[in-house]
Amino acid sequence: MSCDRADTVLHAYFDNELDALDAAEFERHIEHCAECAGALASLKDLRSSMNAAQLYEKAPASLRKKILADVTPARPIQFASDGGTWRWLAIAAAILLVISVGWQIVSVQRGEESNAVVAAELVDAHLRSLQPGHLSDVVSTDQHTVKPWFDGKLDFAPPVRDFAEQGFPLQGGRLDVVHGRAIAALVYGRRKHLVNVFIWPTIERDASPRTGSRQGYQWIDWRKGGMEFCAVSDTAPSDLEQLQRLFTE
Amino acid sequence: MSNPVHEKGSDVLDSQDQARFEMLVLPHLDAAFNLARWLLRSGADAEDASQEALLRAYRFFHGFHGGDLRAWLLQIVRNTCYTWLEKNRRVNEMTEFDEELHGLPGPTPETLAIAGDNRERLTRALGSLPPRYREVIVLRELEGCSYKEIATITSIPIGTVMSTLSRARRQLQLVLADPASKEASHEL
Repeated sequence: MSCDRADTVLHAYFDNELDALDAAEFERHIEHCAECAGALASLKDLRSSMNAAQLYEKAPASLRKKILADVTPARPIQFASDGGTWRWLAIAAAILLVISVGWQIVSVQRGEESNAVVAAELVDAHLRSLQPGHLSDVVSTDQHTVKPWFDGKLDFAPPVRDFAEQGFPLQGGRLDVVHGRAIAALVYGRRKHLVNVFIWPTIERDASPRTGSRQGYQWIDWRKGGMEFCAVSDTAPSDLEQLQRLFTE
Repeated sequence: MSNPVHEKGSDVLDSQDQARFEMLVLPHLDAAFNLARWLLRSGADAEDASQEALLRAYRFFHGFHGGDLRAWLLQIVRNTCYTWLEKNRRVNEMTEFDEELHGLPGPTPETLAIAGDNRERLTRALGSLPPRYREVIVLRELEGCSYKEIATITSIPIGTVMSTLSRARRQLQLVLADPASKEASHEL
């Protein structure tokens, strides 16, 4: 190794960690330095073969469930380990049954309540977006512009797709705060109407669409792949259903 | 307060905190598991360690006031894994990388077709690096972390991140070029 930059600056350059000035300087250097050029090429090879190998290991679904069970406030009671094991197991099973049935009832009730609240808030958010200057923070019909715009603004990556060919041209996106959380809003056109598609992460299972209307606006809500979607518009309900199918295809 | 709604005060706070945790932290569960999986080189251990780390994160969540949440969580995961490695150090030093123990979770036929032997080759090579090299490569190449994030997660100065990455990559390239050169991998 004769060029000491091959060990240092090269990596910062390769990882996009140099500022524009230093990057340009290094690019001039590399034109004359065969060693750095070769090392850069081999770093690129390494990265592309790592990408092709798909080494990323996603968490198994069972782990997510375990953690959710851990952090749910209604925890099963801890038992002392004296006494006959079977007797304790029977009591534990009975208590767990009561807790879980009770918990389900509570969560169903709570779920329905919060659905209504969320739907109301989303219709409000839709109305707010129709005020002048409130529709989009990023105005673009290009999904490759809208998607990166959300990077760093949200803790999740909303799926951004353009459906211009199917009659729902993407018009832009913005951040919205609904129910105290920051969520993504995508704006689509539908003939003369506007559709807001609100997206936020959920831990619930995928769910088929539910629809409703409020103050003359239609909404359709569904869950897919760890995301919850709610589309709101004054267009026909069948339009929203069509958009929902496009998202889930 | 006679209003029954207010009696739920503390419950509401709890469930709000929990909702915040679920919304902000759980989306990074894959990142947590992936780091643990590569540090511990075992899917089962990684599941236990990331569960433990997430619980710790849950307990400390009150203390988290903005900032890079993924880095914060991965820092906890990393610490948990190192404690884990320390505990099992003797055992680990005795065990070579063992396909039975640390085998890949069965990839789908499609992945296999695309990736071919490449995946196994890289898994072995990466697994043979010392944890401190392995982690910077996993964070940079798989997780896409910036040097600053890597510095936060690993508690090494940002200037050292670059040189560590440089050495880690060189070693990975060496092992890939000559899988027999495992001895080299034990220098740290």
